[in-house]
Amino acid sequence: MKNINWRLASNHLILLIGVIFMSLPVWVAFSTSTHTAETILREGLQFWPGSNFIETYREVMFEEAGVMKSVLGITMLKNSLILGIGFAVGKVIISMLAAYAIVYFRFKLATPLFWIIFLTLLLPLEVRIIPSYEIVAGLGLLDTNFGLIVPLIASATGTFYFRQFFKSIPDELLEAARLDGASPWRFFVDMLIPLSKTMIAAILIIMFVVGWNQYLWPLIMTTKEENYTLVIGIKQIYQILSEGGELPQYQKAFALTIMATLPPVLVVLFFQNWFVKGLVESEK
Amino acid sequence: MATVKLNNIKKVYPNGAEAVCGVSMAIENGEFIVFVGPSGCGKSTMLRMVAGLETITKGDIEIDSKVINNVSPADRDVAMVFQNYALYPHMTVRGNMAYGLKNRGLAKAEINTKVNEAAKMLKIDDYLDRQPNQLSGGQRQRVAMGRAIVREPKVFLFDEPLSNLDAKLRVQMRIEIKRLQRRMGVTSIYVTHDQTEAMTLADRLAVINDGRIEQMGAPIELYNNPKTLFVASFIGAPHINLIPARFENKKLVCGNLKLPGFKNLPEDIELVLGIRPDFLRPDTKGQLEIQVDLVEQHGADNLVYGALKNSSNDTELCFKTTQNTLPDIDSNLKLKFEQKHAMVFNKSTGERLI
Ligand SMILES: Nc1ncnc2c1ncn2[C@@H]1O[C@H](COP(=O)(O)OP(=O)(O)O)[C@@H](O)[C@H]1O
Ligand SMILES: [Mg+2]
Repeated sequence: MKNINWRLASNHLILLIGVIFMSLPVWVAFSTSTHTAETILREGLQFWPGSNFIETYREVMFEEAGVMKSVLGITMLKNSLILGIGFAVGKVIISMLAAYAIVYFRFKLATPLFWIIFLTLLLPLEVRIIPSYEIVAGLGLLDTNFGLIVPLIASATGTFYFRQFFKSIPDELLEAARLDGASPWRFFVDMLIPLSKTMIAAILIIMFVVGWNQYLWPLIMTTKEENYTLVIGIKQIYQILSEGGELPQYQKAFALTIMATLPPVLVVLFFQNWFVKGLVESEK
Repeated sequence: MATVKLNNIKKVYPNGAEAVCGVSMAIENGEFIVFVGPSGCGKSTMLRMVAGLETITKGDIEIDSKVINNVSPADRDVAMVFQNYALYPHMTVRGNMAYGLKNRGLAKAEINTKVNEAAKMLKIDDYLDRQPNQLSGGQRQRVAMGRAIVREPKVFLFDEPLSNLDAKLRVQMRIEIKRLQRRMGVTSIYVTHDQTEAMTLADRLAVINDGRIEQMGAPIELYNNPKTLFVASFIGAPHINLIPARFENKKLVCGNLKLPGFKNLPEDIELVLGIRPDFLRPDTKGQLEIQVDLVEQHGADNLVYGALKNSSNDTELCFKTTQNTLPDIDSNLKLKFEQKHAMVFNKSTGERLI
């Protein structure tokens, strides 16, 4: 009995250390962001929150030239949301349709095609970034949401997950639906989409976070400041801060970092039940 | 209501498996046909070809004298009940039953009337707003039936619909299916591997073996007059007694046992004597003798099992008797059968000789 308790305690201790190790930097960033530039310059990083919270965050998010030359923090937040949501929704749509075709339609080479799609997992965006840029630029889609999102949404991972899920749906369900007069499209809409609900939710959440954190592609895609996402904004703000002759505005950089981490955290917290359900359970 | 005709249909699966090898039959309007046979004999394949879920390799299928080989499943106007029910898990009972009607473009009010009517008939009107996972096996089975009934199809197809139910429920549903079919008069094809289900449900029964019809006819005809060893041993519970034998010197010989009274049998081949347990009775002048090793009391009847004496190999016999006949274990008992109840088969071809 005593032994087990000790083991339990040590397990918890290790977990606790892990949690502190992971979250302490975030806490320090937050605390520091609530102090004035002078305090930070004089005393370094701050562990306890200061009194400058509202002022800093208002400047960062809502005031012109608060962080960037012209773009507001709130505009970058909006751009990031568009990218994250568009990325996630696009990926779900594309990968569901691809998996549907692969699993339910008997066409030649369906299996080899699937494995080719699967192999593209080995080819991340970075490998094809120059040709992709060429194409998007050639189509005149630089600095547009369309050009930002569409080249990213082909998804081998999503296709793979949906394929596995569709394969686990009993054939009789399709057969019953066929006898009930459901067309392929109706079967997709009336059966597969509702049955994949939790799966869709889980993929949406994961992909939102991945999309939100995209860096390289938005960086080369956007030339105008007003199209920057928060993640790019963070990168730029450090440049701006270190260039000028005035007092470095560290608190603003930290504030922007916190703003950039907050939405994914909120999404995961908010939808974690769905998320876990989608990964462990399939209602069939 | 419709007639269904199979004209020499064959099915070869892409992997080369020959599941159905030339089956023909004509099904009358309103008839209840049962396909029965061991697992893997091709009965589901035949049913699925009628439904349109499998392509027909050769031959054709007619519904109401129209060839439907290339008609899509939805347009064949058939409804199917699956073994695992295949209910739409995310829809309510009402949704499940209404789905086929909705796809056919019926008006909402009409759908509602039909669903309510069918639900009442199947006594599931209390569960209309539940989802399948909130129902018991028997209730799910009823919903599956309901989904077929509301469509008012020309033909009902059942693929082992009762296999997933417990014994008691199976009997109950069996009776109900039969009643329902009588009442609606819809032509039905029912697939099962259970001979009791087959016997009790069928107007006509097709015993299938290895992708072929062994024999087709009224259940009682198949029981009384099986044409092959396979049919004789498949139909009838308890199982028919089979005694390996040869014909020598005008007698049927089985080890030291010599049975007179058989004529015109070939001398040089292996034979099988078949006698149903129902037609054996204890009699001091009986032709067969057994050493009793088990008595099963089923209530009104007892089943007595024992090893056949004087036979070359150990053959187990069984006979059916009344409640009061309780022979002692290990006692010897002579059994008599009427000559007219003895069937003789060619062992290698299964053909019936007498
Ligand atoms: N999709 C298939 N592909 C290849 N062979 C199949 C397929 N379905 C069934 N078979 C084969 O066809 C034969 C008949 O199968 P089936 O009609 O399901 O038998 P039953 O319903 O009488 O048990 C079996 O030998 C089975 O292995
Ligand atoms: Mg079957």
